[in-house]
Amino acid sequence: MKNVVFSVALVALLGLFPKASKAQLIQIDGSSTVFPITEAVSEEFQKAKKGVVKVTVGIAGTGGGFKKFCRGEIDISDASRPILKQEMETCKQSGVQYIELPIAYDALTVMVNPKNDWVKALTVPDLKKMWEPTAQGKITTWNQVRSEWPNSPLKLFGPGADSGTFDYFTEAIVGKAKSSRGDFTASEDDNVLVQGIANDRNALGYFGFAYYIENQKKLKAAPIDGGKGAVMPSAKTVEDGTYQPLSRPIFIYVSKKSLDKPEVREYVEFYLKNAPALVKQVKYVALPPSAYTIGMEHVKKGKVGTVFGGESQVGIKIEELLKREAQN
Amino acid sequence: MGSNQADAGYLAAQAQVRTIPVGLTARKIRERLIEFAMFLCALSSVAITVGIVWVLLFESWQFFSHVSIINFLTDTEWTVLFENPRYGILPLVTGTVVTSTVALLVALPLGTVIAIYLSEYAANPVKEILKPILELLSAVPTVVFGYFALLFVTPALQSLLPELPGFNMLSAGIVIGIMIIPYVSSLSEDAMKAVPVTIREGSYAMGATRFQTAVRVLIPSAFSGIASAYVLGFSRAVGETMVVAIAAGQQPHLTLNPMEGAATITAYIVQVSMGDLPHGSIAYQSIFAAGLTLMCMTLLFNIGGYLLRKKFREIY
Amino acid sequence: MVTREIQAKVAANKRFDGIFAVIGLVATFVGMITLAALIFDLLTDGGGRLTYTFFTAFPSRFAAQAGILSAWIGTCLIMFVTAVTAVPMGVAAGVYLEEYARKNWVTALIEINIANLAGVPSIVYGLMALGLFVYQLKLGQSILTAGLTLALLILPIVIVATREAIRAVPSTMREAAYALGATKWQTTRDHVLPYSMGGILTGVIIALSRAIGETAPLITIGALTFIAFLPDSPIKAEFPFISFEWLMSPFTVMPIQMFNWVSRPQQEFHLNAAATGLVLMVMTLLMNGVAIYFRYRFRKWIKW
Repeated sequence: MKNVVFSVALVALLGLFPKASKAQLIQIDGSSTVFPITEAVSEEFQKAKKGVVKVTVGIAGTGGGFKKFCRGEIDISDASRPILKQEMETCKQSGVQYIELPIAYDALTVMVNPKNDWVKALTVPDLKKMWEPTAQGKITTWNQVRSEWPNSPLKLFGPGADSGTFDYFTEAIVGKAKSSRGDFTASEDDNVLVQGIANDRNALGYFGFAYYIENQKKLKAAPIDGGKGAVMPSAKTVEDGTYQPLSRPIFIYVSKKSLDKPEVREYVEFYLKNAPALVKQVKYVALPPSAYTIGMEHVKKGKVGTVFGGESQVGIKIEELLKREAQN
Repeated sequence: MGSNQADAGYLAAQAQVRTIPVGLTARKIRERLIEFAMFLCALSSVAITVGIVWVLLFESWQFFSHVSIINFLTDTEWTVLFENPRYGILPLVTGTVVTSTVALLVALPLGTVIAIYLSEYAANPVKEILKPILELLSAVPTVVFGYFALLFVTPALQSLLPELPGFNMLSAGIVIGIMIIPYVSSLSEDAMKAVPVTIREGSYAMGATRFQTAVRVLIPSAFSGIASAYVLGFSRAVGETMVVAIAAGQQPHLTLNPMEGAATITAYIVQVSMGDLPHGSIAYQSIFAAGLTLMCMTLLFNIGGYLLRKKFREIY
Repeated sequence: MVTREIQAKVAANKRFDGIFAVIGLVATFVGMITLAALIFDLLTDGGGRLTYTFFTAFPSRFAAQAGILSAWIGTCLIMFVTAVTAVPMGVAAGVYLEEYARKNWVTALIEINIANLAGVPSIVYGLMALGLFVYQLKLGQSILTAGLTLALLILPIVIVATREAIRAVPSTMREAAYALGATKWQTTRDHVLPYSMGGILTGVIIALSRAIGETAPLITIGALTFIAFLPDSPIKAEFPFISFEWLMSPFTVMPIQMFNWVSRPQQEFHLNAAATGLVLMVMTLLMNGVAIYFRYRFRKWIKW
């Protein structure tokens, strides 16, 4: 009797599972920086298609995403940096062709503690002095960077050395990717960096714009002087290209073969059309509208390859980049 | 007549005996099959090791064709992700060793004391409630423990030790220790519970206190189980990933001082494999070399532990 | 020794016994207080998010609308696969190594090997499973792969606990069974295993608790972070009524969802993460509850 009741209960419970229909699946994986944007787009897309098309998004990292992409396992790769030479090789060998689509800007913001009243603006040479490899163990106080600053300890915070943010910042500031001092507090979780800077008057750190916007009460952004005057990071200054050199584009890479599937094509077009609005919602910065139009054209024409030559490019306007000849 | 009956009985018994071997064979086959099935399961542990070693060796091989093993083992800086990479594993090794030592210094004494308390001092209903509650500690996701160490334990420690940096191995070690208390306490308590009651009662009959019984009689009898609990706890501490990645920091740092931040082998592996590095680059392959090093370290320790246990095991 | 000296010694021992009772209680409380602090912290942050919609909604970029439906179902299904794989295999392996295997250097090697496996970082299991299950065996980035990966991860714990539990059964029990003509398997099944069930279940509890909280290896084998649909139902309306398609479905799990939310900049997502942590702990308690109940019954029944 007990067994009968138990079995009936089990069947009833399992029957609560919704019946899945034979839907089409779009698979996306890659960077956790791009993830919030892709999540937003996928959410709206699925709502628009009323569940006929399913989208899944993973966060295996830009490197992990490209690995799966070049093996043909996923349709779209989220990337916080351009595809590198090594990955281009792998894709070439397995015959995977890709369309490179920048979809947003991530403005790297340099932040200090609100009680820091001596930093009015930071120039690239200032930052380079603080962050270059030779500064390790030597540049330990603020007045060593600029003599008018106080003689208090310089506490540095930054993302881990495996992240695209680190790569881009070092390339933009020090001149060579990954070239940095090693004695700073590093963390994968930018929230931890926020905490660190917010609790220390002498702290300075850099990470993505979204984390600054959400924590404006706890942090103070430093205007960056890229050679043309001090510019505060904001949606406007990033979009019109005056916040340099710390605006980096982030991408999705779409497999050409996957574009043959009508649902993937629809998804990518939906992405490019709705990116400006959705990107703002998740606190990233939209590209100028022309960039999305050019992207749409590339999708229609099937223009494969990367314009970055397998490495990061710093300080060039996005429209110029997109007009370049693509390399495979 | 009597002998006829005996003969008949004997013949009947013979007849029966001749039929028994058939039944025995069927049972023997079943026994053998069951034994074989269990053998396959035991073999699976070897298969897993082979798989893991294969994966580690395969990628490490390519790594070591670029980096010399001597350099790997003796260089004092691990700056693989930076522009001028240096490939000395020692900073990661010290990170692992220091955090594990702190963790074990917390877990082994506390765990054993709790085991003794639960075994001899706590009343049965109290024990059957306390044990599951403690086991719930091992159910907390490691991510939660990581943030607990970073956001709660570190500030608490900083009020005692003002010089303590935000990322340090002390908080991570303490929290890992607390996390593995159930490994030590629950498994040790089970081992002590399984000691036959005759031995326990013999000790009490001789006038021993609960503490003396526990320490002088039960622990030696349950030594094998308690040692296994220690070994499992050690393995868990060394293999812990997220707590150290979040709370101890991610900058490899060659130091034996727990009040500094450092990266452990496990934190480094997680950082790189989930990061933005291209897979197949030498930096990516370095995580396999690091993993291999970790496995060799634990192997040495486990062999030592096994030999020690063999020496001190008591059979009753 | 003089009576007075003996009395003094006995009194000292008794006093220390009393002191140790307090020490033991304090030690136990360290663990409990940590647990209480964690739960309190999670409750104050996430308690407000525990609504019906939270449990039945899919992830979303709007923190208030985001829910854990795909995550908790994923965790349940995967833990089912893990338990069904790891427990029988682990117990069988432990029984074999303890009862059947000859005590030679081969078994010693296997014993060391198993203890070593318990120390391999979980992400290395993920990397191995990626090569083996996902690529070689073509099982894909599915619930089956996840369950098997976690099962391999916790297998050493189950095996070690089983061995110790079996080792603790006095040989008099076995010998009595053999004396009555029982075969090896009969002795094991009817005499040794029931007595060691308590210890085995402790190992199972600790092992499954570990598996349910794992993040890194699952991300490596392809666990998702945004998945807004559920796997196919195991019960179907047509013949043959039971389907195993759900095993090959993409998935996400609670710790991953929590990890993703806690790294977001928006404060509201952190509240979601705290709520997810709470639910995960309750789920673990429920899962362990079954084992704890059986362990309680088994331990009461032991008569030596």
